[in-house]
Amino acid sequence: MRAPERWTDAHREGVTVQLMNLRRSYGSLNALDDFTLHIAPGELVALLGPSGCGKTTALRCLAGLEDPDAGRIEVGGRDVTSTPTNRRDMGMVFQAYSLFPHMTARQNVEFGLQLRRRSALQRRARAADMLDLVALSDQADKYAHQMSGGQQQRVALARALAIEPEVLLLDEPLSALDAKVRSQLRDEIRRIQLAVGTTTLFVTHDQEEALAVADRVGVMRAGHLEQLAAPQDLYAHPTSEFVADFVGLTNRLPGVAVDGHADVLGGRVPLLDGSARSGDIVVLVRPEGIDIALDPSGSATVLSASFLGAHGRVTTEIADGHRVVVQVPSSWVARYQPGARVRLAPRGDAALAVAPN
Amino acid sequence: MSGNRAAARRRQALFRWATISICLVFFALPLLGMLEFTTRGPGGTRSPQTWATLVDFGTVSAEYPVLREGFLSSMGLAVFTVVIMLALLVPTMTWVRLRLPHLSRTVEFMCLLPLTVPAIVLVVGLTPVYAWVTYLFGESTLWLSLAYVILVLPYAYRSLDAGLRAIDVKTLAEASRSLGAGWGTVMVRIVLPNLRTAVLSASFLSVALVLGEFTIANLFSRKNLQVAMYELGKSDAKISIAVGLAALVFAFVVLFAMSFIGGARAAAAPVARTGRKESA
Repeated sequence: MRAPERWTDAHREGVTVQLMNLRRSYGSLNALDDFTLHIAPGELVALLGPSGCGKTTALRCLAGLEDPDAGRIEVGGRDVTSTPTNRRDMGMVFQAYSLFPHMTARQNVEFGLQLRRRSALQRRARAADMLDLVALSDQADKYAHQMSGGQQQRVALARALAIEPEVLLLDEPLSALDAKVRSQLRDEIRRIQLAVGTTTLFVTHDQEEALAVADRVGVMRAGHLEQLAAPQDLYAHPTSEFVADFVGLTNRLPGVAVDGHADVLGGRVPLLDGSARSGDIVVLVRPEGIDIALDPSGSATVLSASFLGAHGRVTTEIADGHRVVVQVPSSWVARYQPGARVRLAPRGDAALAVAPN
Repeated sequence: MSGNRAAARRRQALFRWATISICLVFFALPLLGMLEFTTRGPGGTRSPQTWATLVDFGTVSAEYPVLREGFLSSMGLAVFTVVIMLALLVPTMTWVRLRLPHLSRTVEFMCLLPLTVPAIVLVVGLTPVYAWVTYLFGESTLWLSLAYVILVLPYAYRSLDAGLRAIDVKTLAEASRSLGAGWGTVMVRIVLPNLRTAVLSASFLSVALVLGEFTIANLFSRKNLQVAMYELGKSDAKISIAVGLAALVFAFVVLFAMSFIGGARAAAAPVARTGRKESA
C-alpha cells in the first residue's frame, strides 16, 4: 500500500478545525455541553468515550449532519456553522457500510468527483489512484455486496479522500469489522492520513484504536472533553479519575498522601497534578506499574493468572481484601498458581490519586 | 416413527394440493366461462372473431369509440396516478425516515386510511372538490387521477415502505450529502435506484388498481375502461367480456412480472446493512 505519487504531489494542505462552545441537546439529554475542540492542520484527533458521551454528535455537528443548539464551528478560519453538509467539503466514512449498492467500487469513488463536474478522464484517473491507495485496484468493478466488510470500508475511505476534502471524518469506521481486519485497517488509515495530510477527526469507543492512530486523543464524558492529550500523555498522566479508569486498566489502591507522594503497597510513588494531596487517598495504579515476586512471606495471594498473548495478567488479593491486577511477561504466567503468596511493590511511576468515596 | 412422518408428509402434500386445486378452480372457472362466452360462434361453433376484433385497434376505434375513449382515459389515468403517487410518496417517505421518524406512524395511518373508506363515501367527500376542479380546469377524465392517488396510497405505501426498510437510506443519504450531493441528487441518483423494485411494485399495483376502477369514475360520470366496458356490455356483451378478460390477464401478467423482477433483483444484489460483522 502506497500513496500514489501524482496524487500526493497534488494533495491539499490540512486546515485548522475549531469547534467552539458547542451545545446540542435531545430533549432533556445534553449530548454536547459547552464542547470545545481545536484541531491543528493535518492533525488526527480521536474522540474516545463511552456510549452516549457525545463523541458522534460532535463529529456529526462538524459534518453538518446535526445542527448545534449553540456554539460555532470554524474550518480553515471560515465559519461553517450554518453551511449545509454538501457544501462543507468534508469526506466522511461511516460506521455502517455506506457504499451505494447500485454502483461499483469505481463508480462510488467517482461519485463525488462527478458532482464537482470533473471530466470523465480526470474522474477515472483519480478513482484509479484512490483505489490503488487503498490497495483495491483489482476490485474496481465489484459491487458492495461482492466485497467483504473490510474492503467496503476501504472503498468508502477512498471515496471520501477522492474529493480532496478539507477535513476527513471517521465515525467508528472499524466497529463492524472483526479484530484482525480492524487492526490492519486501523494501521492503513493512519498511514494514508499521514500521506495525504488531511486534518482528521476520528470517533471511536475503542481505546486501543484511538491510542494507536491519533496524534491526540480526546476523552469525552457527558458532552464535554474530559482530557485532550497525546496518547502517551493521556495514558501516563490522566488528569481525572474518569480518564484513568476509562483509558487502560487501573487498580484502585488505598494509600496515604505525603509531600506530593503516595505511600501505597509498601512503596512510594509521585503524584500527578490534580491528585488529592492529603490524608487517606485512593491511588490509581496501572497493572504494569506494579512489580510482583513469589514470596512465601508476601502479603498478597494469587487468585488467578491469565495468558493474553503478548503479556499476561495476575490477579491478586492483598491483606485488606483489595484486588490488585499485575501485568507480567507472558512466560511468567505459569509461575503464579492460585493460592501462591506474592510480594507486590509499586515501580515508582507517577500516579493519580483521588479522595476515598 | 419414520412411517408416521411419511404419512404426515403425505397428508400435508394432499392438503396442499387440495387447497391449490380449489383456489385454481375458484379463480379459473369464471375466466374460463368468460373465454367460452367470447369464443361462441353461430350454431354452437367456436369463433375467434371477438378477439380478432379486439386486437385490431383500428377496428375497435371505429366500431367501439366508447371503448377507445375508455381505454385511452385509463391509460392516461394510470400514468398520471403513478407519477403523482411516486412524486408524492417517495420524497415524503424518505424525508420522514431521514428527518422525522416520529411522524412515521402518522404517515402510515394516513396512507392506510383509504382502505377503510368505501368508494361511495370518498365520492361524497370529493364531489365538492371536483365541482371546483371541473369549474376551474374543465371536465377531463384525467383529473380522476387525483382521487385515484388516494385509492392507491395504501398499496403503494406498503411497497415503498418495504423497499425503504431494505436499505440503510439514512446512511446512504448522509454519505452522498457529505460528498457534495444536494437533496435532489440524493433522491434521483441514490434513493430511487435503490428503490427500483419497490417503485416498480408500487407502480404496477397502482396500474392494476386504476385499470380496474369503476365506482368513482361512474359516480363522477367520467369514462374510463371499466365504465366503457359496462356501457358496451349493454349493446355488445361479447366484446365487453373480452375486454374484461384481457384486462384481468394483463393485471395477472403485471403482478407475476413484478414478483419475478423483485425476486431476481433481491437475489442478485442484497443490500449491505448496518452492524454486519465481516472479515476481509
